[in-house]
Amino acid sequence: MITLNINNHSYEVDASPDMPLLWAIRDMAGLTGTKFGCGIAQCGACTVHIDGKPVRSCSFPVAAAAGKKITTIEGLHERIGEAVQKAWIELQVPQCGYCQSGQIMSATALLKTKSNPSDADIDTAMQGNLCRCGTYQRIRSAIHHAAELIK
Amino acid sequence: MNQHITNINRRNFLRLTGITGAGLVVGLSSKANGIETVENLTSALESYEFSPFVLIEKSGQITIFNPKPEMGQGTFQSIPALIAEELEVSLDKVTIKQTGGEKKFGPGQSAGGSASVRTSYMNLRKVGASAREMLIKAASQQWNVPVEECFAENASIIHQPTGKKLSYGELAEAASKIEAPKSPKLKDPKDFKILGKSSPRPDVPLKVNGKAQFGIDASVPGMVYASIERCPVFGSKLTSYDAAAAMKVKGVIAVETCERIHGVYRSEGVAVIAENYWAAVQGRKVLIVKWDNQGNEKFNSKTYEQGLRDAAKEEGAIDHQQGDFDKAFAEAPVKLEAFYETPVVSHSPVEPMNCLASWHDGDKLEIWTSTQVPGNIVTEFSKTYGVTPENLKVNTLFNGGGFGRRLYPDYVHEAVQLTKKLGKPVKTIWTREDDTKQGPFRPMTYSAMKGALDAKGKAIAFQHKVIAPTLDMKKDYDKTKTNGTMTEGISEQKYEIEHMKNLYVHHYLHVPLAAWRAVTSTTLAFSHECFIDEMAVAAKKDPLAFRLEMLTKESDTKNVLNKLKEVSQWNKPLPAGWGRGVAQYEFFAGLGGYVIEVSKKGTGIKIEKVYAVIDLGTVVNPDTTKGQVEGAAVMALTAAIKNGITFDKGQTVQSNYHNNPLVRINEMPKVEVHILTNGGPKIKGVGEPGLPPFAPALCNAIFAATGKRIRRLPFDINKIA
Ligand code: FES
Ligand code: FES
Repeated sequence: MITLNINNHSYEVDASPDMPLLWAIRDMAGLTGTKFGCGIAQCGACTVHIDGKPVRSCSFPVAAAAGKKITTIEGLHERIGEAVQKAWIELQVPQCGYCQSGQIMSATALLKTKSNPSDADIDTAMQGNLCRCGTYQRIRSAIHHAAELIK
Repeated sequence: MNQHITNINRRNFLRLTGITGAGLVVGLSSKANGIETVENLTSALESYEFSPFVLIEKSGQITIFNPKPEMGQGTFQSIPALIAEELEVSLDKVTIKQTGGEKKFGPGQSAGGSASVRTSYMNLRKVGASAREMLIKAASQQWNVPVEECFAENASIIHQPTGKKLSYGELAEAASKIEAPKSPKLKDPKDFKILGKSSPRPDVPLKVNGKAQFGIDASVPGMVYASIERCPVFGSKLTSYDAAAAMKVKGVIAVETCERIHGVYRSEGVAVIAENYWAAVQGRKVLIVKWDNQGNEKFNSKTYEQGLRDAAKEEGAIDHQQGDFDKAFAEAPVKLEAFYETPVVSHSPVEPMNCLASWHDGDKLEIWTSTQVPGNIVTEFSKTYGVTPENLKVNTLFNGGGFGRRLYPDYVHEAVQLTKKLGKPVKTIWTREDDTKQGPFRPMTYSAMKGALDAKGKAIAFQHKVIAPTLDMKKDYDKTKTNGTMTEGISEQKYEIEHMKNLYVHHYLHVPLAAWRAVTSTTLAFSHECFIDEMAVAAKKDPLAFRLEMLTKESDTKNVLNKLKEVSQWNKPLPAGWGRGVAQYEFFAGLGGYVIEVSKKGTGIKIEKVYAVIDLGTVVNPDTTKGQVEGAAVMALTAAIKNGITFDKGQTVQSNYHNNPLVRINEMPKVEVHILTNGGPKIKGVGEPGLPPFAPALCNAIFAATGKRIRRLPFDINKIA
């Protein structure tokens, strides 16, 4: 049994230590807002925060997450994350929406370190998050908008 | 009148939708003559083919049934909005339920071909208007006042002179006893509150807080997970497998075969089934499977592509002919010929294929999945698996991307066969590697182009010969016949050229193929519109002016080009080292065009600005439309500059996003979208028309900036010179 702290709740999961954290979050903790897209840290759909930092949970062994503070899209109840979600709604960013949990987790992590990111900062921080629907232009605008909202 | 049937139907309907208490139900009914009329619950449930689309309960709860799956194109808003507008309710007061292919909801439970709004626009507005008129009548009867004194607003009926008010919930039961008007009066578009406005989509909040349910998120108690090994070499047969090692992996409970059914393409796979998905994947890694490749291991892209080039020498079947092309071409003073090539590409939605299926109680089947075609699943699967349509329930969840991939339920077949074999609910999830390697793919098309000008540089003859496989993968193709899907749009362009002969040459390809967003127009527009540009260059004319000269008659195409000219300030000089290109394409889904500006950057080029115009006739949601075109531009850019899919040793070379890359945020150009809405009865599609003209506009711009003509996709945008 591995004990995980996800969104300030404690979960006991019966997982092999090398199982990616993603599957423990989705299939064992039942939090399906975090998505599977590639399994090899190429798409960002599975992005969660571990101790506040963005991590690709598909490529992070569950055992290594024990004792750490894991935040998923369902637990993003803090000022910056909520501002990002608000900006995402105001600019109607999502299309299919599948990549957007990951986009929002990455954008929130960016705004936590840089409250007023430049386009180049956005390129660097968001390059790991694919969107097949092509919502990039709106993602960029929404990050700038969220930066305004948290001022 | 048969009271018994009415009651049974009423019970079925109430159970089907889980409602309690009577209320007003309005929907469509297909009569023998094929004309759909609006009826209410009491009369319509006697009619077998009644599709209830809106339900107003006594509690005031309003439910709209949406037959068009949501995959990012906005049907979760645009379709219910058609009813809500006429009904005078705002969408945030409505519960939207996706239909699941139930017979009750009639044909047309699918999303594809950019057709959702086009095919629903009048009918669903009639449903809303009819319900509104019935509620007004019910209120006027209750107050004993003329209907003309009453109006609907915000889910209530108001008596104008007195200000008296009754809510829809309060009126629902009385309204249900009123006969539905056969031709309700639709609202004047100038009074629209939702349609034509950039209204927020009700699925968006769910897609920012993790609550949106996609197929991959479905779960039922007792379900198990499957990961399926399929033949790496297309067209192989399963010889044998050894499950011993897989069965030893902790959590693995079974190994079973299942067949992937994709049109004529059939392949048997071996599924490892486990208590959790990770265990299934681990088990699959140690599974030993032997395949008989049937000689297909020799197949590769290089040889096949050469085959296409060789096949171009064949005359081909006539797709369209006017004037005397051969004679005009032979005698013309200026002649051009060019050969264009495009790649195979994948759909690669970020949500991989997946399906949860549960075979239970001997003869019942329930499916939870992301699909564009719940209606087809019910029709097709009830036949294939011997389940009555009434016993087959499909839960249509949000699609994490469709792009045409989810028109094909091959992944649903696998899950259904597995649940039937295991007697347990089974959830299959394709790995990204499965998704990338197994297809189905958009095929390439090759194009042999011929054009001729007269002495004044006027286009007088044109030929587009398409060399390609067919999407249905049939080997015994009748070569004397053209194929409308593979020649899509080439004979529909509005350019007035006197002599034309378009042709199709079939060249068989055995790998799984499929429609891709904007289908064959995505490759044919490239050759077609780049070659028009080549003709303009040969005529020493401005490419946009050259096109407009061929459009003397009024047409939507002409409007699109004129709008592009205006918004892009086409005639304004560009900085040195810049170039701009234009392209348009009209096809079954609609019409769009681009002007793209590029600049030279080192050995490559940078896209400076993208101007898009989409022609719609009528727009339901401008903001959604803009988003669709922005996204289409990105998808088209990926198909133009990323490597796409290639084959070697009978298999797909690419496996995941690292070697089948998509455009990322740092490569996203600035896209400015303009919508032409000149009204009119013809409503055009939104989801697809933004794709086809992108690559040709880009390549025409590159030619203008660098003098380099690109005739093969994909190309490396960083190495043009
Ligand atoms: S699923 Fe983790 S990065 Fe793609
Ligand atoms: S919104 Fe569909 S993948 Fe990003």
